[in-house]
Amino acid sequence: MEHAQDITLTVNGTQVTRRVAPRQHLVDFLREELGLTGSHIGCEHGVCGACTLRVNGDIVRGCLMLAVQANGCRVDTIEGLSDSGELARLQAAFHRRNALQCGFCTPGMLMAAQDLVRANRKATREEIRAHISGNYCRCTGYQAIVDAIEEVLTTEVPRGQG
Amino acid sequence: MKAPSFAYAKPQSLAEAFELLERPGARALAGGQSLIPSLNMRLSSPELLVDLTGLAALKTITLEQGVVRIGALVTHTEIERSPDVAKHVPLLAQAVVHVAHPAIRNRGTLGGSLALADPAAEYPACMVALEASIVVAGRGGERLVKAPDFFKGLFEVDLQPGELVVAAEIPAILKDGRSVFLELARRHGDYAIVGLAAHRHDGATRFVYLGAGATPVFARKASAAQDLEQAVAALDEDLDPPADLYNSAATKKHLAKVLLRRAWNTLKTSP
Repeated sequence: MEHAQDITLTVNGTQVTRRVAPRQHLVDFLREELGLTGSHIGCEHGVCGACTLRVNGDIVRGCLMLAVQANGCRVDTIEGLSDSGELARLQAAFHRRNALQCGFCTPGMLMAAQDLVRANRKATREEIRAHISGNYCRCTGYQAIVDAIEEVLTTEVPRGQG
Repeated sequence: MKAPSFAYAKPQSLAEAFELLERPGARALAGGQSLIPSLNMRLSSPELLVDLTGLAALKTITLEQGVVRIGALVTHTEIERSPDVAKHVPLLAQAVVHVAHPAIRNRGTLGGSLALADPAAEYPACMVALEASIVVAGRGGERLVKAPDFFKGLFEVDLQPGELVVAAEIPAILKDGRSVFLELARRHGDYAIVGLAAHRHDGATRFVYLGAGATPVFARKASAAQDLEQAVAALDEDLDPPADLYNSAATKKHLAKVLLRRAWNTLKTSP
């Protein structure tokens, strides 16, 4: 591997060390080296949002960050957030509201939506739309997605959950 | 597509960065939100990427003697959340929410946007409206470039090989100062069809357009106009926007006038 470098990062709570080529994007690294295929690759130039990840707590485009740049970082993917239960309320609301059809955008959409939920703000529908404006969905027309996110933002968190 | 092959280095000091940038085919990488797509699309093929994000000295926002200095590696999100920017550079605070989307704002930087100088970008027009200075550094030290001189042409700025944008220095807004940033785009976060950075400082008004030329365009005659109708008419002389794929020159000019009308009252009414 030309120009390869060793990187160590924490992915979904587990520390991993790998040798990577600098040209490899973080999302390709997660998918191909670690088998975490929940983060999708759509456009590969930062437009569609299907590869949205969390790096050191902030959402980023997985295709606009190199794996070498994640050296020393904490990376969380849809798998980690789903397994930990952090996304449970959003997932249930997406299901209930029919906020997905083909599902390709859903992991990225959930990551972007959870970023808003975590901020614990009573966002308006307009603000919800602005926050997911970088995530494309070609099936739903967004209405049901906004409904689902709004439902989670406006519903009281049951005791011991959230 | 996937990026071509390149080497990668992450310097821990500016001196080390300048040394690396002298290597053949070296290219500076800041937030990467424009450079990495251009690599993915194979529009760019550097031999060495010099990742500047380890340079902590370029990540601060300071206020000293009426000047707000924003480090080149401050991200859009940090600008969006900065109380100093909100209070002293409200134009930038209004503009930043038009920069792409949250996930991109978390990584993209001020310096990257200024050094790239996309004609549809928000910050270059703001810098020209605010009469800010761009701080450029090289091995020989720092120099200050007035924003209107920094943006020289389409994606062309006053940076010599081996030099980096390290900060922008912006005069803090005065008591009677007013700022308005407006932008029209098809969808939230898209590149602007046309945008307006308007600023009143010390009694003088500056209307600066983005997406209306190869560089930010200072509408000199409209800025000097005494009333709105005179200003709108003056835009015909100030602006000659090139058509893009979707909007004709006439459409852009019309929209520029729409923005001027929207900005006028906010800017001209005494506080």
